[in-house]
Amino acid sequence: MNTLKNFTKGLIKENPVLVLVLGTCPTLATSTSVINALGMGAAATVVLLCSNIVISALRKVIPDKVRIPCYIVLIAGFVTAVQMLVKAFAPALDKSLGIYLPLIVVNCIILGRAEMFANKNKVFDSAIDALGMGAGFTLALFLMATIREISGNGTFCGIEIPVLIDNHISIMTMAPGGFFVFGLLIACVNKFAKNKPQKKNFDCAGCPQAELCGKTSCDEEKKEAAVND
Amino acid sequence: MTKLIIILLSAVFINNYVLSRFLGICPFLGVSKKLDSATGMSLAVIFVMLMATAVTWPIQMYLLVPNDLGYLQTIVFILVIAALVQLVEIILKRYVPSLHKSLGVYLPLITTNCAVLGVTILNIDEGYSFVEAMVNSLGSGLGFFLAMVMFSGVRSTIEGSDIPKSFQGLPITLIAAAITSLSFLGFGGVIENLFA
Repeated sequence: MNTLKNFTKGLIKENPVLVLVLGTCPTLATSTSVINALGMGAAATVVLLCSNIVISALRKVIPDKVRIPCYIVLIAGFVTAVQMLVKAFAPALDKSLGIYLPLIVVNCIILGRAEMFANKNKVFDSAIDALGMGAGFTLALFLMATIREISGNGTFCGIEIPVLIDNHISIMTMAPGGFFVFGLLIACVNKFAKNKPQKKNFDCAGCPQAELCGKTSCDEEKKEAAVND
Repeated sequence: MTKLIIILLSAVFINNYVLSRFLGICPFLGVSKKLDSATGMSLAVIFVMLMATAVTWPIQMYLLVPNDLGYLQTIVFILVIAALVQLVEIILKRYVPSLHKSLGVYLPLITTNCAVLGVTILNIDEGYSFVEAMVNSLGSGLGFFLAMVMFSGVRSTIEGSDIPKSFQGLPITLIAAAITSLSFLGFGGVIENLFA
């Protein structure tokens, strides 16, 4: 039961992209087509799974003070491995993901899960959490890519859709469309997730280190720094 | 020289890191609420981007490539950036406290900023020479600065307006970002034709 809960919370209740608003950069950039989105989702899930398992297994070995650099090195190692695998077995995907493949290293979801979940929980739970979060990330990417590809390109997974192919709105696959669709999706989530805490501090919502710095807003940090000086 | 100007201008306007390449969205959405924090963050980003390029380009060209270690690029670059940010913070705190006061709080946030890692990897991918890489980093940083400052203006207008409940907060910010990014599409093709 608990295991199932761990898995499904990443899908909907704590969806990393739409609810926690982590990993916005790859979401916006790779959701231009469904194939790209699925590739990105799969790559990030593999990295997340490996890093969560290893970090969870090493949670008693890694000293607390240098944990962030340790996590980054581990994550970068897995990203490099995935990058090489994709280059070898799916060169077309490598080309279309381009710079965003190595940038999985700085994807906030992965470091965020390491910090929030893997360093406190057992290996198995962490693996399930990683799979759930990865699936949630992929789901959000898939959703966005479906909307953007169908409306912007008139295709789905490269298959042409009769009427839409002649009436596509190209702007949806370009940069502004990404922001627009993402905004609409989050608005939908806000509308339907009634029991979600509405008073959310958006100063830190998009901040990659929000869960690391533990403060409610960056202004607070700034004030504190001013006091310290 | 013309090539350098083209690289600089297209990094600022056409391939704007935030609005058309989607790099560094996190600080763009997180820190753009007030003009002074937006300025501080972008100055810190420009600074770190230049430093990171100045260090990673020689590492890639003179250390990784000759020793056939190109696959270590990601690991080495992220470590260099993380170490560099720490080092810069310590040096600034010790020797230029006034600068540390204005940039300091943003520096730790930059380690996980994908724009910095992105610019260093793109410089290598595009095959730029050292000077071109530095110019590209400067342009990317300036583009980030421009987007942040512009967007903080847009956001201050949003703050005071009446927004439907489900759009409050992040959604309306993203829609505003969509419109801001739309305005940057207008630069497409301008710079190539300027020098043709």
